[in-house]
Amino acid sequence: MSPLQIKQGSSKHSAYDLRDPNAELIETHTLAVIVDNESGVLARVIGLFSARGYNIDSLTVAEVDHLGHRSRITVVTSGTPQVIIQIKAQLERMVIVHAVHDLTVEGPSVQRELALFKVRGKGEARIEALRLAEIFRANVVDSTLESFVFEMTGTPEKVDAFAELMRPLGLVEVARTGVAALARGA
Amino acid sequence: MTRQMTGAKMVVQALREQGVEVVFGYPGGAVLPIYDEIFQQNDIRHILVRHEQGAIHAAEGYARATGKPGVVLVTSGPGATNVVTGIVDALMDSIPIVVLSGQVPTFMIGSDAFQEGDTVGITRPCTKMNWLVKETDKLAETIHQAFHVATAGRPGPVLVDIPKDVQFATGTYVEKPKARTDHYAPRVKGDIEAITRMVEMIETAERPVFYTGGGVINSGPAASQLLREFVEATGFPVTSTLMGLGAYPASGKSWLGMLGMHGTYQANWVMHDCDVMLNIGARFDDRITGRINAFSPGSKKVHVDIDPSSINKVIRADVPIIGDVGHVLEDALKIWKARGRKVNREALARWWKQIDEWRAVDCLAYKPSATSIRPQHAVARLEALTKGMDRYITTEVGQHQMWAAQYLGFEDPNRWMTSGGLGTMGYGLPASIGVQIAHPQALVINVAGEASWLMNMQEMGTAIQYRAPVKQFILNNERLGMVRQWQELLHGERYSHSWSEALPDFVKLAEAFGCKGIRCDNEADLDDAIREMIAYDGPVIFDCLVEKHENCFPMIPSGNAHNQMLLGEAETQGVIGASGAVLV
Ligand SMILES: Cc1ncc(C[n+]2csc(CCOP(=O)(O)OP(=O)(O)O)c2C)c(N)n1
Ligand SMILES: [Mg+2]
Repeated sequence: MSPLQIKQGSSKHSAYDLRDPNAELIETHTLAVIVDNESGVLARVIGLFSARGYNIDSLTVAEVDHLGHRSRITVVTSGTPQVIIQIKAQLERMVIVHAVHDLTVEGPSVQRELALFKVRGKGEARIEALRLAEIFRANVVDSTLESFVFEMTGTPEKVDAFAELMRPLGLVEVARTGVAALARGA
Repeated sequence: MTRQMTGAKMVVQALREQGVEVVFGYPGGAVLPIYDEIFQQNDIRHILVRHEQGAIHAAEGYARATGKPGVVLVTSGPGATNVVTGIVDALMDSIPIVVLSGQVPTFMIGSDAFQEGDTVGITRPCTKMNWLVKETDKLAETIHQAFHVATAGRPGPVLVDIPKDVQFATGTYVEKPKARTDHYAPRVKGDIEAITRMVEMIETAERPVFYTGGGVINSGPAASQLLREFVEATGFPVTSTLMGLGAYPASGKSWLGMLGMHGTYQANWVMHDCDVMLNIGARFDDRITGRINAFSPGSKKVHVDIDPSSINKVIRADVPIIGDVGHVLEDALKIWKARGRKVNREALARWWKQIDEWRAVDCLAYKPSATSIRPQHAVARLEALTKGMDRYITTEVGQHQMWAAQYLGFEDPNRWMTSGGLGTMGYGLPASIGVQIAHPQALVINVAGEASWLMNMQEMGTAIQYRAPVKQFILNNERLGMVRQWQELLHGERYSHSWSEALPDFVKLAEAFGCKGIRCDNEADLDDAIREMIAYDGPVIFDCLVEKHENCFPMIPSGNAHNQMLLGEAETQGVIGASGAVLV
């Protein structure tokens, strides 16, 4: 709230009350955006999010079709239903965007991210970390006498849960790729 | 046939193939090869402006007066940054503009070379699309794609950045029909089911209104024709945004005048009280809606727009129709006729009775002035004395712009060019030159405020060089009038920096530029002075000294609803509450 008690609109650029009555219903959606693999494309897509005040919870991008010159941007975003629809419409009208798939509404989907965890510790803690890693199917990809680097793929929730468990056991660093997602089925 | 040529030649050849007749530009180191090619041909005319901002506004005026894309050619670095305001302006008002900018050679990009600027980076958020062309082989195709993107779907500005070595190098020219453009093909036909629902609503509406916008103009003259036919056949009232003026003729009997912040009393009441709102190519801009949650509370809304992101952005549409206005109106008219041309005549008659009562308020009435000139009167006389002429109007931004919209009548599309979405002071003079270049025989008038006009006044040099007889009709209140009005209404009459104490003598300025200057300071001499301006065969700067503290009414203060209009000087102090004060 501003000093004048003005309700901020859903866009940070607007002091108008653009909030719909369901403003409290913030939804999280995973969008797969198929774009031309050209320079500046990612900047254009990200610029849209920052210019219009949309959230980016996670973002991954890589070329997926070399011959067709296509990249896939997977973006996890959140907002009211109206904002989510706007985001999709704004993405769809971009010249470099070929398709936008809302994996959250288009049926079940598989979501995975890769994460690396560096855990420093000795004795009991170190053994406990290794035991938990086994339960989470995390692999040891680097080790010294007083540290491990674990590698794990899973849903963001699984990654979060593992990070929580590692924290008291000497977690010093985490690297995450962000979510990659595909619709289930043929 | 594959043709080999230099990049610079390709630029000219691609423009030729695109049917470009005029380029507005300014040379510099990074575009010299292109200028060399321009020198050696006669198909494409180059208009040398005095500042790159002038080039892009001129191109905007040209585009809006012709329906064709406007083309701008500038050098790297400062040349490119100087067009950024115009690019944003064109984006906001959906004007097709192709900017070609020079760039330092590819092997120097990133080295902070002389006049290097990250032009594609700077313009990325404000273009529909932009390209940095790194290979001569890709240049021609990119330019063809640029024209396609600028004009297809919702029009807008695009930019092609061309490094100098790419201009010098030789490559293969790709002809227009061979350029790949198919991947960008916005939908133009509306969904027939939705259009049928729109027709059903037309058939039963008791208090309908056509709310039309710039989309009708952008769709082309046929869309305006269809709109006129629909309005006449249904007998529905019609209002328009600032951008849509001229789509329906101001002399038409169903015309309510412009709507919105400075719209007419009747137009805003009709919007507020209607039961069926037919939004044809407008975007529910905040100047139009006022307070969102009080906007037309009892109506069902149809929204026709070629841009899916316009739908439900601000106001929820009950019947969204994504498509080109012309196509949708054509289908709607066809379906409505096939179903028997039904409307609710009885209810309509009642609606018009109500509308006539609102009209009787005569919200644009003003009193003459004995001591100076009422600005409204100046515009009204301009209207009376130029009516029926082959006339084009541009404006600057401020009170004079709103008075022009209120007191001038537009009978046809493409005759009114004003900076709506961005509100760019300095737009009008260069835009008037662009219009005049497109229509050399027409009467082109820039209705200006003295402050805005000074922002790009150097372009008088361009007008004179190219014998563009533009008329600069300056409503000189020696104030940043619109700013002053807001300060009066919501900042306790503290006129912080809203007047100019050192204005030039506009008549002498005209003489210095080599054109005609006219000054008028009373209503008795006004008609003769305006006639003199019209009759003069060349550019004129008309210094019309108007009332300094006149306010522009009606006015819906920011944050208020359509039915909370201020009509006159009566009680204006403190009418804008704290919540309205933070709005723009
Ligand atoms: C480039 C730019 N700077 C500032 C503004 C803010 N602004 C809007 S209207 C206005 C005053 C315009 O004065 P003038 O051209 O004399 O027109 P008047 O309102 O007096 O008719 C200003 C400063 C703007 N619209 N554009
Ligand atoms: Mg002024």
